[in-house]
Amino acid sequence: MYAYDELDRTLINERVSEFRDQVKRRLSGELTEDEFKMLRLQNGVYLQLHAYMFRVAIPYGTLSSKQLRRLAHIARRYDRGYGHFTTRQNIQFNWIKLAELPDALAELAEVGIHAMQTSGNNMRNVTSDQWAGVAPGEVEDPRIWSEILRQHTTLHPEFSFLPRKFKIAITASEHDRAAIKIHDIGLRLHKNADGETGFEVLVGGGLGRTPFIAKTIKPFVAGRDILSYVEAILRVYNQYGRRDNIYKARIKILVHELGIEKFAREVDEEWRQMGHSALTLDHSVIEEVRSRFSYPAYEKLPHMPDELKQAAHDPLFERWRKNSVAPHKVQGYSIVTLSLKPVGGPPGDATADQMDAIADLADKYSFGEIRVGHEQNLALPHVAKRDLPQLWKALDRLGLATPNVNLVTDIIACPGLDYCSLANARSIPIAQELTRRFANHDTADMIGRLHINISGCINACGHHHVGHIGILGVEKNGEEFYQITIGGRADENAQMGALIGPAVPYAEVADVIEDIVEAYLALRDRPEELFVDTVKRLGVEPFKERVYATR
Amino acid sequence: MTSPLEQKKIRITGPSVVTANRTWDGAVVYRTAQQGWSTALSDAAIVSTSDDARALLAESAADDVGAVGAYIAPVELKGGVVKPGNLREHIRSKGLTIDLLPA
Ligand code: HEM
Ligand code: SF4
Repeated sequence: MYAYDELDRTLINERVSEFRDQVKRRLSGELTEDEFKMLRLQNGVYLQLHAYMFRVAIPYGTLSSKQLRRLAHIARRYDRGYGHFTTRQNIQFNWIKLAELPDALAELAEVGIHAMQTSGNNMRNVTSDQWAGVAPGEVEDPRIWSEILRQHTTLHPEFSFLPRKFKIAITASEHDRAAIKIHDIGLRLHKNADGETGFEVLVGGGLGRTPFIAKTIKPFVAGRDILSYVEAILRVYNQYGRRDNIYKARIKILVHELGIEKFAREVDEEWRQMGHSALTLDHSVIEEVRSRFSYPAYEKLPHMPDELKQAAHDPLFERWRKNSVAPHKVQGYSIVTLSLKPVGGPPGDATADQMDAIADLADKYSFGEIRVGHEQNLALPHVAKRDLPQLWKALDRLGLATPNVNLVTDIIACPGLDYCSLANARSIPIAQELTRRFANHDTADMIGRLHINISGCINACGHHHVGHIGILGVEKNGEEFYQITIGGRADENAQMGALIGPAVPYAEVADVIEDIVEAYLALRDRPEELFVDTVKRLGVEPFKERVYATR
Repeated sequence: MTSPLEQKKIRITGPSVVTANRTWDGAVVYRTAQQGWSTALSDAAIVSTSDDARALLAESAADDVGAVGAYIAPVELKGGVVKPGNLREHIRSKGLTIDLLPA
């Protein structure tokens, strides 16, 4: 966990009073919507189809049980009893009343949670691997660096009016769980030949209308130089980013237009001119931030406790364990993923009661800590293996033990036309129907790892471009249609999926996806060949033939 | 459903209403003939010419304290009953099309 200092608390509280005053003036008519819009957006408040939507940041995806209980309270007291975890380690409330928002913010501030910079053209929540600090083989805890960047960029005047929103993600593991290649800046922590810790810096990734995979701009920047280097990138972006055209304003367009080499030279020149001394991180500063992250007092536990051996006789437990439990860096412990993708449920939603219950389970089994991942699932990061059988029973009762992590029903979906004012088409009911079609866990296991991502419009909040199967809602003559892509991926080998054919109407989407999956099962050369690998080997054609032959 | 938030030219082809979100709570509201707002579509003032639509929108937009983001939305009239004219407006009027709990 990270302990906030006095400065953080003061800043958050000041922000609440400021917003309370702004809301008051808006409701009295002293401020027009035009004047108010930017102020509300700076506090994470959007206007959606039915209501205001309130986006709250969960920095690097780490929550305490106390914080999660408070989120449950907000859902119950100010909303309709549930919240939606998003792909960027935020939680959104869909039905919040503007008049009550200042109170909600004040209650969140009491537990160190805020909504600053969760929208608007500034530095958004710096995200990280949800297994940070507990994944085996990690170089070091990436959250230290997320926090350093967060502190430096929060309310920084130079970065409060960027040409467009700006998203950074950091990973410190071989396997990228933070999707760094689809961020404006992706940072991969690693060690160079001299054993020094630093970052591979990637820039210019992003989805939306014009998707790009991020490119490496520098293979190694020492940890102490990362602030100055990121600032140099932001300065070049601030200077040359296209403020004249919202569709061209993201850094990805600038990088694409200049070319990565020229962009890199500009950044280097800026970096040189900055003299980067003022922003060089002292060892003591890094250690100060590091010391604010506390790690549990792990016990010395056996690798294979008796409780686990016994429980292994229960096939349902074993199925869940194999699917949702991952190795921990400390012997005798595990990382447990809590699926927020029950069959027939809206992906990423959790009720207030579930949140409270998860907080209790975290206290009992995970040193009071919860993680939020970009796949819209939660995790308990420090569970003793001997407790796994008990935890599983409790999760199962709560509907949080669906053994579908990384499987076909672990769908990432944006809110779509059910909530979103920008949507062309619905996303959630498509996801719900697909989870019903693939509800049989044996079938899902047999299919293996397969990520379906759904967005209700080209803004790509559901990351459809990088789904193994991507589904994008479009509009044709007032009707909902869906374009389907295959072969995308969001990990260290990130790439965009390829379109499989003409868009299909709402009613046919689930059938088409079933056909694609059936084609894969027939085409894969062995059961271990993953869907994405079959697509890579054979290309889109054989899938296209099978899916469209009968249509 | 292309978002109507960026309505530039106002030209309507059938019966229409003005809709917005109520400022204090964000609820979906419709402009009434009494120059107020109502959460019931059945209370909405219905216009059928572009000039009337333009006038109703101008009057509605001026009431920025009452509701925000006013725009013109199509409706259907069936046997004297007003119905939303497209899926987006249907969802705004009737609510989510989905089950919130797993089923
Ligand atoms: C409901 C209100 C929302 C609105 C109005 C909204 C708006 C947008 C817009 C306009 C973009 C495109 C930005 C650009 O390319 O310049 C975008 C991208 C994105 N949004 Fe949302 N979004 C919403 C909800 C969500 C949700 C629920 C999630 C997470 C599930 C999310 C996460 C993202 C991500 C990850 C991207 C694409 C990545 C990127 O290129 O930055 N947004 N959103
Ligand atoms: S992808 Fe489009 S429809 Fe989905 S949440 Fe984002 S803006 Fe809305």
